[in-house]
Amino acid sequence: MSSNPAEQVRRFAAHIARFYESAYSAPYRRHQRRAQRRQEDLFRLLVMSEALGVPNPASFYTLELLPFLLEDFHAWHLRMGLEHSPVDGFRCC
Amino acid sequence: MTSWVLALFAFAAFFAGYRFYSKYLAEQVFRLDPDFTTPAHRFNDGIDFVPTNRFVLWGHHFTSVAGAAPIVGPAIAMIWGWGPALAWVLVGTVFIAGIHDFGTLWASARNRGVSMGAIARNVISPRAFNLFLLIIFFLMLMVNAVFAVIIGTLFTNFPASVIPYWMQIPIALTIGWLIYRRGVGVLWPALIGLLLLLALVGVGAAVPVSLPASIGGLPDVAWWTAIMLAYGALASRLPVWLLLQPRDFMNAHLLFIGLILIYLGVFVGRPEIVAPIYNTALPPDTPPLLPLLFVTIACGAISGFHGLVSSGTTSKQINRETDARFIGYLGSTGEGLLAVAAILACAAGFATFDAWSVHYESWAHASSSGIAAFVSGAGSFMGHLGLPVTLGTTFVSMMVVCFAATSLDTSMRLQRFVLAELGRQYRVPVLANINFTTALVFVLCVTLAFFADPERPGQGGMILWPLFGTTNQLTAALSLLILTLIFWYTKRPYLLTLIPFLFVATVTTWAMFINVGNYLAQGNLLLTGIGGLLLALNIWLILEGVAAIRRPRQADDVLESG
Repeated sequence: MSSNPAEQVRRFAAHIARFYESAYSAPYRRHQRRAQRRQEDLFRLLVMSEALGVPNPASFYTLELLPFLLEDFHAWHLRMGLEHSPVDGFRCC
Repeated sequence: MTSWVLALFAFAAFFAGYRFYSKYLAEQVFRLDPDFTTPAHRFNDGIDFVPTNRFVLWGHHFTSVAGAAPIVGPAIAMIWGWGPALAWVLVGTVFIAGIHDFGTLWASARNRGVSMGAIARNVISPRAFNLFLLIIFFLMLMVNAVFAVIIGTLFTNFPASVIPYWMQIPIALTIGWLIYRRGVGVLWPALIGLLLLLALVGVGAAVPVSLPASIGGLPDVAWWTAIMLAYGALASRLPVWLLLQPRDFMNAHLLFIGLILIYLGVFVGRPEIVAPIYNTALPPDTPPLLPLLFVTIACGAISGFHGLVSSGTTSKQINRETDARFIGYLGSTGEGLLAVAAILACAAGFATFDAWSVHYESWAHASSSGIAAFVSGAGSFMGHLGLPVTLGTTFVSMMVVCFAATSLDTSMRLQRFVLAELGRQYRVPVLANINFTTALVFVLCVTLAFFADPERPGQGGMILWPLFGTTNQLTAALSLLILTLIFWYTKRPYLLTLIPFLFVATVTTWAMFINVGNYLAQGNLLLTGIGGLLLALNIWLILEGVAAIRRPRQADDVLESG
């Protein structure tokens, strides 16, 4: 722990800024994260549409994005109300 | 009697309530367990369920529950004198609101963070949930109509507040844009925005803005009411990060600054109380103190809305169960402090008894200009701190308008959700359409604001205040009933909530009978219909609760043991 007064002031200011950030975001965090998740879910649906049997004219491009979306795939299909993976050949559970 | 003695007495009462009564509740009644896994940890999803620092959560909870209502109620109830109003605020806050707010937070945290309506479904019956939703719908409807009229009245009485209020909107939009679109940190935009807003108080005082006294046969208050409702409907459709969030944040600062300045003014200026302790010369149109005092002052003494906030968002973010005492009990105490500030401003903010009497010459006048009495009184308190009284009154009027406007657009947003939920329950799919429900909410609110008092369209919304207070108290009574049932099933001291429940339910029902009788005598069919419906819902729900006592339930059915 540094005893340098300037360092202590800097830490205190950082603490206040963090408190402010938290006080600002906490009341509306759920609205924003929910909206963000809705957008991400829609995006994931578009990217995976070909795998789900929906023709996608942009599949040549969206195919490249597929690996980035697999991490959250399991949580996504559960959120969509599907108990098991809807994609043939890809079993996450 | 000087006002500072009363302020000190109120502080002492609230401190004792927190120090002793809430400690007893925490240890002996709720038996808070620091090791209990709260819903925030158990279901942590980064969205609804997030463990949050207790100071941050208290600030969020307090600013959500404190608004214009704990100011308006005491300002009207001063007509009976400051004694009854102060006694009800102190006793109500310490012994009823404290356990209500604390208890609903605890009960929800022990029920996976669900709302009081959902707990009612479990503890009372599935039908109780639907009845609860209907009551909340009417509560929101009245909040919108009443608050729009309050803002209209303030804009007309204090035209200096118009510029600061409307300029808060672009300032808030800029802050929201800077933080979410440009990635700027919160601290500086928020502080600069707040300073700008305070500077605009001076601009507003120098350039007051008024509408013509009458446009198209409608008075200016009616036009402001319509404008505010239209604004509320539009604002409720904007993303929350753009307007509501930054504005709420600035309002929280205004709330704390306002409270500090008012109490500082009381202690520095030590103004004498000019209002009577008990008004023996009541104007002839004044309704009886019993039971109307207890519904006129709703927020500030006991408010059902707090239970909705406690169980709606706060319970999902509570980090440790033991934080419930700090957040729940102190949240209600904070609102009690605001109500006491309103009482002091309306009792000691005037130079003479005659000046006070002008505001309270009749019940109708007290209802419509009680809030103006608060603004003038609190502005004069700030004068004791060396601030020009004009600036003080402009600041206070802007503060109240900002609170009321935020409540208005939040309430319009919530009412949309309630309508969507009712649509799901009763299979009316059109209620899931956001544009349709926004338009419907707007039309319903305008109808209520303009036809509640057919003789004064658009400015008679304050006739709704007793009905609003009654509905709010009714919601609180239901929460107290649910807590009583939980205590009953889990073998805890249920008298602590049963007695407040019986008291609040009795005065609520009694007041509702009087209100409906008055509306009927006036030939006001709209309010007779709404009042009658609420009375029926009230009685139905209480009967459901009484019937629930006889249903066998185990402690684990109503409470998670951890």
